[in-house]
Amino acid sequence: MAIPSYATRGERIWHYVFLGICALIFLFLVGPLLIIIPLSFNAQPYFTFSQKMLTLDPDGYSLRWYQEFFTSSAWLNAIKNSFIIGIASTILATVLGTIAALGLSSRNMPARGAIMALLISPMIVPLIISAAAMFFFFSKVNLAQTYLGVILAHTALGIPFVVITVTATLSSFDTTLIRAAHSLGANPTRTFFKVVLPLVTPGVVSGALFAFITSFDEVVVVLFIAGPEQRTMPIQMWSGIREQISPTILAVATMLVLLSMLMLTTLEMLRRRGERLRGLTPG
Amino acid sequence: MSESPSSPLTTADGVPLKVSLRRAVRRSKIKALLLVSPLLLFLIIAFVMPIFDMLWRSVDNPEVSTNLSRTVEALEGWEGDALPGEPAFAALVEDLQEGQQARNLGLLSSRLNYEKSGMRSTINRTARRVNALEPPYRDALIDINDTWGEIDTWKLIQREAAPLTMSYYLAAIDRQLTVDGEIVKVPDHLEIHVALFWRTFWMSAVITGLTLLLGYPIAFLLSNLPLRHSNLLMILVLLPFWTSLLVRTTTWIAILQSQGVLNDVMVAIGVIADEARWQMIHNKTGTIVAMTHILLPFMILPLYSVMKTIPPSYMRAARSLGGRPFLCFRRIYFPLTIPGIAAGGILVFILSIGYYITPALVGGQSGRFITNYIAYHMQTSLNWGLAAAIASILLFVVIIFYLVFNRLIGVDKVKLG
Repeated sequence: MAIPSYATRGERIWHYVFLGICALIFLFLVGPLLIIIPLSFNAQPYFTFSQKMLTLDPDGYSLRWYQEFFTSSAWLNAIKNSFIIGIASTILATVLGTIAALGLSSRNMPARGAIMALLISPMIVPLIISAAAMFFFFSKVNLAQTYLGVILAHTALGIPFVVITVTATLSSFDTTLIRAAHSLGANPTRTFFKVVLPLVTPGVVSGALFAFITSFDEVVVVLFIAGPEQRTMPIQMWSGIREQISPTILAVATMLVLLSMLMLTTLEMLRRRGERLRGLTPG
Repeated sequence: MSESPSSPLTTADGVPLKVSLRRAVRRSKIKALLLVSPLLLFLIIAFVMPIFDMLWRSVDNPEVSTNLSRTVEALEGWEGDALPGEPAFAALVEDLQEGQQARNLGLLSSRLNYEKSGMRSTINRTARRVNALEPPYRDALIDINDTWGEIDTWKLIQREAAPLTMSYYLAAIDRQLTVDGEIVKVPDHLEIHVALFWRTFWMSAVITGLTLLLGYPIAFLLSNLPLRHSNLLMILVLLPFWTSLLVRTTTWIAILQSQGVLNDVMVAIGVIADEARWQMIHNKTGTIVAMTHILLPFMILPLYSVMKTIPPSYMRAARSLGGRPFLCFRRIYFPLTIPGIAAGGILVFILSIGYYITPALVGGQSGRFITNYIAYHMQTSLNWGLAAAIASILLFVVIIFYLVFNRLIGVDKVKLG
């Protein structure tokens, strides 16, 4: 956004004002996430900066909330549940979603629009409505308050993300590559593993990541259909915020921010790899 | 086509080309459907059936017809101009005896209590003494509770014997049926749902407007920077997008609460007095600020993808033709971004009206959404029919906006990240 040479004085001033406004909006976007990181090292049980923290006194900082997290059986159990439910539902959603995406990207798929709308619907329907509906239905078939019930519910919620990312990858897939591989003498198995799979994998993996984060961050459905045994991290945080607000939550939040940074980096790397493999960008 | 009827084009093995092609297409169709069917089946069982079950529950009315079947039968043909005769009372006693034995009168008494307050205790009190009753039952029942001597009670039982009811939907819009079948408003102090629906809509509109106001400059900046820089700044947009919803809500609690970071800063630099700290959370402000922050990426991303496609030469051309900067923006650039505004706006609005977590945590009393009442009726008042009816109305609104969105943009064009 260079200033053009013909810009008037007023435009130059406006340009810098505009950049200032954008900087403030970026601060609004990211600032809150960064503020909690130092707050989580607070030695005091408050949600704000203490006098000692501001003067950078080492006494003002401590790892006590992290210690509390790693020694609390409730939190550790919640983490374990989150991973069990998250991984199981991600596998289910990724397998079902990828197979379906293969069919959806076929040129002869009948009623594609309607089916696509149905497959995407768990993403559009407000979570509280899905949660209420699943609660009514799952209690009837004895799935409420079971791991299986929560996993099935989270699979349904993760499916749209897998379907969207994998169909997007497949739609940019150049089918002449398959023919080229055949003409060069590769048999179908070799073609699949050497040509198709490497090109499609980034899409499948990012779909799986979306599905996992959806499950890992999901509160409402778990709140309604899970029993005390299936308490996940978000539920633990939710009740922590509502009941006894302790900075342990900030420690958890900090770790989750770091986790999302990790996820974001992975996704970006996958995207670049996909582009490079498809020859969209040089090197 | 030079296709002569005497010698149709055929494949190598003699099948007419048309037939062969049709076969191939059919095979490929079946293959595609087979690939999709496991997922389709899964979603129908795990998602679509629950939704339809909920819709059914919002009109289902089984309580009276199953628990008071004998009474309902005895009331058949009763005109409602005087109290029913002894057989109806006897049937009621029999029904209640059976219900008391099976201990399943709870749902019935709640159901009737929604229509006529006081019915819960009437039924419970009667059921407790029903085994000791002696005929004539008419006087005995009225002796236990005067309610049995009111024609309205019996009219109510007669009406609620119907298998379907509209009363949950009426309650969801603060209406009720009188005994004569007229639809009237509920008393003022019970009126909550309509006001909450409106509040949800206008606050969502405000949030959508704010995300547009904040998102537009950012999308503009990102789409006009060289790719190297914009990719870097894009991370700042995607990071909140990827961060847990609860984390983002928690940070706003830490920032906005009265002993929080923002108030502390304001007190420290002397803008406000220590005793006059701003109340920015557990009210409308809290909900609006936190939700604007949470939904902002959903506005920026569609705007960005539209702005990316606008060639910068358009603005230069407009300038070279003598347009002043603001005019050029208003007449050339802005109209080209309207598809992005529509996509982002509808997306944010749909997401916003269905939000539950954030309003529940930072909304307090005044910043609550209709979704919080769905949860309330599910978990606290246990009026599941009403919860289902409110959810169905909200679902209907969301589906309408979704169809508009699909028509305008196409859901398969949604990009993630």
